[in-house]
Amino acid sequence: MTKPLEPSAYTASELLAVMAARLMRDGQIVFAGIGIPLLAATLAQRQFAPHLTILFEGGTIGPFIVPGELPPSTNEQRCTRRANMVLPITDVLLLLQRGYVDVGFMGGAQIDRFGNLNSSFIGDPARPKIRLPGTGGGNDISSLTQMIVAMKHEKRRFVADVDFITSPGYLHGGMSRAQSGLSHGGMWRVVTDLAIMGFDETTREMKVLALHAGVSRADVLANTGFALRFDPDLETTPPPRPDELAVLRHLDPERLYTA
Amino acid sequence: MVQVKSYATLRKETLARDRGLREKVMSLEEAAARVSDGDHVAIGGCTMSRTPMAMIWALIRAGRKDLTISRSITSTEGDLLFAAKVSQHVITSWFTQGIVWGVSKVMRHYTEHNLARFEEWSHMSMGLRYRAGAMGIPFMPSRSMLGSDVGREVGESLKRMTCPFTGEVLALLPALNPDVALIHVQRCDAFGNAQIDGLQFMDIDMAMAAKSVILTTERIVANDQIRRAPDQTRIPFFAVEAVVEVPFGAAPHECYGLYEPFFDHLDLYARLSAADPIKGPADYLQSYYHGARDWPDYLSKLGLAELIDASRRGRSVYND
Repeated sequence: MTKPLEPSAYTASELLAVMAARLMRDGQIVFAGIGIPLLAATLAQRQFAPHLTILFEGGTIGPFIVPGELPPSTNEQRCTRRANMVLPITDVLLLLQRGYVDVGFMGGAQIDRFGNLNSSFIGDPARPKIRLPGTGGGNDISSLTQMIVAMKHEKRRFVADVDFITSPGYLHGGMSRAQSGLSHGGMWRVVTDLAIMGFDETTREMKVLALHAGVSRADVLANTGFALRFDPDLETTPPPRPDELAVLRHLDPERLYTA
Repeated sequence: MVQVKSYATLRKETLARDRGLREKVMSLEEAAARVSDGDHVAIGGCTMSRTPMAMIWALIRAGRKDLTISRSITSTEGDLLFAAKVSQHVITSWFTQGIVWGVSKVMRHYTEHNLARFEEWSHMSMGLRYRAGAMGIPFMPSRSMLGSDVGREVGESLKRMTCPFTGEVLALLPALNPDVALIHVQRCDAFGNAQIDGLQFMDIDMAMAAKSVILTTERIVANDQIRRAPDQTRIPFFAVEAVVEVPFGAAPHECYGLYEPFFDHLDLYARLSAADPIKGPADYLQSYYHGARDWPDYLSKLGLAELIDASRRGRSVYND
């Protein structure tokens, strides 16, 4: 048996993409953002999920991305290569509301203990310290389907309460999401360069399900801005394999998203 | 709070339009004169795709003021409309040049200093608001923008109701009926029958919701050619007030099947705007907008080599 790769053999972004890809299942319909989500979904397709379909917000069903020609957003012609169908933006988003989509998959700027994402304002919205680009389809995707988020694990990104809920997770925990009218979906997994997190079935608080190889509980806590719990059956993820990294490096040879 | 146009007004305005099969080809400057200060102007395309840049360029040069802008996703054109003082209010779902260039310093400058407003709605909500406008109904029920602060931030413009059939909580999105929609297409005829290749974005709903449509087109084709493939026509002539033939009319953004984004130029713009959110776009507007004789002169400032490269990449979408 070959020796597992050391962390120095891959970047944090590559680790994120590999770990996220392993959460996909064959046959799923995945609404993917640009960057790590797209790379992870494509990696899953190539490794073990040939019947997985990618949807892009720009209005594309089932494209295959040309290696080295990654799209700059979900709305350019590069997103349509070898697609099954192109349709208006409103209609591709309505597939979420109609219930065709298994997983929404995006990056995150700031997340809280209930899995709410903020991509709108840092600070008070009336006098923001930083105005961020906003929801795009993030609010729709996270309101209407089960979510995976891939992001760097940093204290300033993992906060007790986000400044502004752009994309709803479990809102204020417990039943608050369902009570607000969001009857389906919710945050399912948060994948970082340190660990994989899920959410308690009752309290809806974030908890660590698995640590990546070489990462300690203390590492995770030191990079989290709230008291994060650990699952009693805490696991360790197998490190990225050379064949997984080779696919990623083939897809993104210029390291636009995996540097 | 948003004002939804009354149905009586909507019908009256539509009846008053010249809906005959007539030619309406004109120059960019003539088309720009059909946009009035204070209008709600919807911009077709999305992010860096089929943005009607030549028309926006003409509106900025014409010194339009106080426009309310709406778009599905807003990129560099939003920066420039703020910087040129053409608009202080953009209604959109996402506002920044593009992910690979980081958060727009220009958008940040104007919004963080309360010099302009970025009114944020979810992407599907933008689409359903145009669709409600196109359907001639005052609102559309929806299942997103509930629970989150995005729904709260728009205040009374978003309503909630209990569904009379199922008892569920629904969000009600107010219709958008823009005064003018600016839409760039690959081809149309002199009457305004427009055909769009590739991604349609929200253009068709936007066109049918608007009080008038200004089309810019890569090329004008004969009506006979439209009639040979009417299934390809996405916007009917009677919704269109003006047709302007502008090759490379979405540059430096892309136009499906013809050219991809002019990445070197967009890198240059990103550097300028990141270095100084006031002087950067001001210098850019001076040299590329006000300093250009006409649209071909603007294109020549982008450079022939880059134009050829963008075209080569653009056509590659048809390679197997």
